[in-house]
Amino acid sequence: MAKNVKVYSTPTCPWCIRVKQFLEENHIDFQNIDVSADQRAVDELIQKSGQMGVPVLDIEGQIIVGFDREKIKQSLGL
Amino acid sequence: MQIYDLIIIGAGPAGITASVYSARKKVNFLIISLDVGGQAAWSGDIENYTGYQFISGPDLAQKFQEHMLKYNTALKEGEEVTGLSASGGAFLVRTDKSDYRSRSVIIASGKKSKELGVPGEKEFKNRGLTYCATCDGPLFSGKSVAVIGGGNSALDAALQLVKIAKQVNIINNTPALGGDAIMRQKVEEAGNVTVLNNSQVISVTGDKFVSAIKIKGETGISDLAVQGVFIEIGLVPNSAFAAQVEKNSKGEIKINPRNETNIPGVFAAGDVTDVPEKQIIIAAGEGSKAALSASRYLAVNKF
Repeated sequence: MAKNVKVYSTPTCPWCIRVKQFLEENHIDFQNIDVSADQRAVDELIQKSGQMGVPVLDIEGQIIVGFDREKIKQSLGL
Repeated sequence: MQIYDLIIIGAGPAGITASVYSARKKVNFLIISLDVGGQAAWSGDIENYTGYQFISGPDLAQKFQEHMLKYNTALKEGEEVTGLSASGGAFLVRTDKSDYRSRSVIIASGKKSKELGVPGEKEFKNRGLTYCATCDGPLFSGKSVAVIGGGNSALDAALQLVKIAKQVNIINNTPALGGDAIMRQKVEEAGNVTVLNNSQVISVTGDKFVSAIKIKGETGISDLAVQGVFIEIGLVPNSAFAAQVEKNSKGEIKINPRNETNIPGVFAAGDVTDVPEKQIIIAAGEGSKAALSASRYLAVNKF
């Protein structure tokens, strides 16, 4: 059963680009949330992660801040 | 353990260009880096890389990466080099994950952001305080922000932020802004930028997130209410792992015109070196020179 994966990102941040590439390479479907286009998404990001950096991943409610490859792998069972 | 002909440390413009040249020379090499694209990936708009009248930092970094991987290059990404030493006629490159050996090394590990060193900086990192306007700038839509610094990187950050933030304050500790005249002009024309010269940030304050900075300026100490703080006060070389390699007082690796260091077989290129001027195009050119020197070294020493 595929997990519900959300990526909070901005179009220009290098680590956001890398994290999305990483998910694509591993054939993980995800919802990209561009926080630069949506103030409500910014508020959601801050509320979920308690901080203001991107990228942030929400994997079935587990919040991962930054491109933390090991944590992402573990959470997705890769 | 496998012994490579060459290990390239760093995958910014210098390291990636060195990898392209090394691949085309059919050198057996490995490239190790924490990230791909280096500082180029963190830049805003690039208008001085020949062939591109305009390209964004992330796009240029993407093109560099595609060019590197076209040759099926062996890349260890997400590994940080922690040590470089000579061992049994070869070099031992130690990372936070593993050890690698090679007959020659190109150090192209670049620079990283310098920290301000004031109270509040560590506590508010990613809570309103950031070192990357390109990444986190869009989160400050409609807010008041401060850019700390007065050189090109501060101007670049300010120019990215004028389109997003309500008000941009540049806090510069010298009598006047530095950087390129064309960028200073764009900052002046933006309309929502205030420049505070001769001013030093002495602390960053707030509750859960940044709410103000304390500034020591020409008229004494004052508080400036801001929700975002962007630190752009320059860079320090990533050279500490290369303990035996000779450096200048700034920590930059000393090289000669052939990119040789004081240790035969160890070459260096780009922003981590004492090469005059730090530019993407210069780093790329230096990377190609280092790769050609390393390839010559390998041939002469009949490895």
